[in-house]
Amino acid sequence: MHFSWFHLIPALVKYPDHVLTAGFCTFLVAVLSLMAYAVSGKPEEALIPQQGVTLRGFFEVIVEGLSSLVESVMGPHNENMVPIIGSLFIFILMNNLLGLFPGFSPATDNFNTTLACGVFVFFLYNYAGVKENGIAYFKHFLGPLIWLAWLMLPIEIISHLVRPMSLGLRLFGNMTGDHTVLSIFLNLLPIGVPMVFYFLGMFVCFVQAFVFSLLTMVYISLATAHDH
Amino acid sequence: MKSFARSAFGFLATLFVAIPAFAQEAAAGTRGGPLFAIAAALAIGIAAAGGSLGQGKAAAAALDGIARNPGAQGKIFIPMIIALALIESLVIYALIIAFGLSGKA
Repeated sequence: MHFSWFHLIPALVKYPDHVLTAGFCTFLVAVLSLMAYAVSGKPEEALIPQQGVTLRGFFEVIVEGLSSLVESVMGPHNENMVPIIGSLFIFILMNNLLGLFPGFSPATDNFNTTLACGVFVFFLYNYAGVKENGIAYFKHFLGPLIWLAWLMLPIEIISHLVRPMSLGLRLFGNMTGDHTVLSIFLNLLPIGVPMVFYFLGMFVCFVQAFVFSLLTMVYISLATAHDH
Repeated sequence: MKSFARSAFGFLATLFVAIPAFAQEAAAGTRGGPLFAIAAALAIGIAAAGGSLGQGKAAAAALDGIARNPGAQGKIFIPMIIALALIESLVIYALIIAFGLSGKA
């Protein structure tokens, strides 16, 4: 049994590590969002930017970056997707980064968490597609030509069912591999050399959270695309 | 090229000749034995070789595009990341299989 900060609290010993980390991250996100809500003030006041570096400016930079990312990938008329994709991104990023601290193992290091995120994305993009295109959404499972439908239907169904699996496996495998590399080099030489792998780990954490939300956006925009 | 082919053939031949010996050893113990270790190493090794070739091609094409037209950097970046992620995911599948195999060794 490896060390975990959460296991210092006796009431929490019986829960697995990834559940505790996921709960802790959710708690952090909730606290940060309440803080953001508190500092942003009334809508009329929020129009005028504050001077200097403030907490409100910090949150505004994050929200603006996320919404410009969503706009650049999905086009200008998808503002309603910003909160859900931003939440996914921030949750995964905080989980990943928490794994770099000694004594925490990230929830994304466990396939249960990442598969849950993947299944959520699966339901999300199917819901978005049905909402946008109605019953015609299911027509795209039949492929471009109706006499090829018998061939395209199984292929499309399999490729859609594999998407949550591949989303989950990608995140899980990257984080596990990254932390395994880090722990091996920490065992080899505890001083100096692991620094490089901490930087690599930070890079991987960002890129994987980014890739997860990017693929979510791509799937949603594929599902909501209109046939012209 | 010829000497490379010959040495590769020699390597593979020794590998396949050695397999029955490993298999006999494996049957004696309760765990999988060295065969699983070789399988894990081959799985991640071959996958990493193929995946890095693919990622190199994608990154080279993206850098070519940016060098020809530096203004297109922002537009090239996101599709490049998507392509790299999709290529890398196959390597990650192999990594997971290698983890599973090395757990049995």
